[in-house]
Amino acid sequence: MLSLVRSMWLIFLHMFHKRETFQYPEQKAPLPARWRGRIALTRDPDGGERCVGCYLCAAACPVDCISLQATEDESGRRYPEFFRINFSRCIFCGFCEEACPTYAIQLLPDYEMAEYNRQNLVYEKEDLLINSEGKYPGYNYYNIAGLAIKGKDKGEAQDEEPPVDVKSLIP
Amino acid sequence: MTNFWWIIGGVLFALLNTAAGLIWVERRMLALWQDRYGPNRAGPFGVLVVLADTIKLFFKEDWIPPFADKVVFVFAPGVVVFSVLMSFVVMPFAPGIVVADLNIGLLFFLAMSSLGVYSVVLGGWASNNKYALLGAMRGASQMISYEVFMGLALMGVVVLSGSFNLQEIVEAQKKVWFIIPQFIGFLIFLVAGVAETHRLPFDIPEAESELVAGFHSEYSGMKFGMFFIGEYLGITLISGMLVTLYFGGWLGPAFLPPVIWFIIKTFAFIMLFILFRASMPRPRYDQLMEYGWKVLFPLSLLNLMITAAIKLWLNT
Repeated sequence: MLSLVRSMWLIFLHMFHKRETFQYPEQKAPLPARWRGRIALTRDPDGGERCVGCYLCAAACPVDCISLQATEDESGRRYPEFFRINFSRCIFCGFCEEACPTYAIQLLPDYEMAEYNRQNLVYEKEDLLINSEGKYPGYNYYNIAGLAIKGKDKGEAQDEEPPVDVKSLIP
Repeated sequence: MTNFWWIIGGVLFALLNTAAGLIWVERRMLALWQDRYGPNRAGPFGVLVVLADTIKLFFKEDWIPPFADKVVFVFAPGVVVFSVLMSFVVMPFAPGIVVADLNIGLLFFLAMSSLGVYSVVLGGWASNNKYALLGAMRGASQMISYEVFMGLALMGVVVLSGSFNLQEIVEAQKKVWFIIPQFIGFLIFLVAGVAETHRLPFDIPEAESELVAGFHSEYSGMKFGMFFIGEYLGITLISGMLVTLYFGGWLGPAFLPPVIWFIIKTFAFIMLFILFRASMPRPRYDQLMEYGWKVLFPLSLLNLMITAAIKLWLNT
């Protein structure tokens, strides 16, 4: 009986406590630094698309919400012809980001994606591409990779030695 | 005669608005005690949430289940509002401001508040739903058993004031409020009053976590709204009765008019009801009955006997 009175008193004292609520649209909750929110496709420092259309993100996605079609441009760079993420399925697990070999796909700390129409949650490539290098500034896949593209032959990549001519006897 | 109609109109207006306003008050107070804000968007401090709720209730589909007993099903929600409003007939808000100054006012109140149980029983029975029936059964036994010592607890006040007339009971508290000589009676009446309005912690006829919504599981739209309004009117009624019987009714220092004193005191008790809801767990059904019959019932009898004995001893 006394414990009831005591708990009533303690709850009455909560009147003078600070309220825990965040008044959401005006006041936003602080997000952790590694918050996994909206998925974006980032760009190279020189503005090219980082995505090389390797399908690893689509393979890693546990809910199969990513679909893309890789293609190649005249300079030999691979890029996605279309890249589509269905955010009504996406569970923001971040596996795509982990799978991505070129740091192209990244999860941003943005969660305000609500829509009235479900179809609007299907983001196309132009909705996903952002004009930023995301979490890895200065990274340019084609500058590092040994793949030959137009304007950069084998052995010309960063820290890459020129290829050895295996048919030559000259040391 | 015109004065009489003004009082009826005023009382009805004040009560229905209080009952509606309590929806907002309760949600805000519960939120305050749980470190939240509660409804604060619609209108100043969110008061217009009442309007939104009312409009919503009116426009909800008023569904009568095909398996229900239609006549009784429609009739039941009206009973609770009617019986509680009838109880207010004898409530003295200030000297002269009372709808009917009955000389058996207290008995009338007990009779009318007992009628409220019909609403629970009929509503639960007519719903033809096992959860509703369980809720109604619990409600019936709870209200009937708590009714017994509710009346007995009030008899202490009657013994002290020598009258069933509520205005005379208030007048008898000019020297000292009955809370002091009748403290145990007050506690018993408070507990019984909470059970009578089946508010938390004694909301076992509803018991959301066990019985869906108890006796009004099948109700929707304004019929559910009637149960809702009836509950809030019941809180106001019990708070008003506590004030009238134990806290000197309209009596208070003269710098405020009597009606204001009555309203302030009643409001304090409404807050207490909401605090009960915020802080107490719901007892098990058998615990409730055991507590009622084995503790409160003997205690109220004892209280009545001791009060009467002291009264007799003082008089001789």
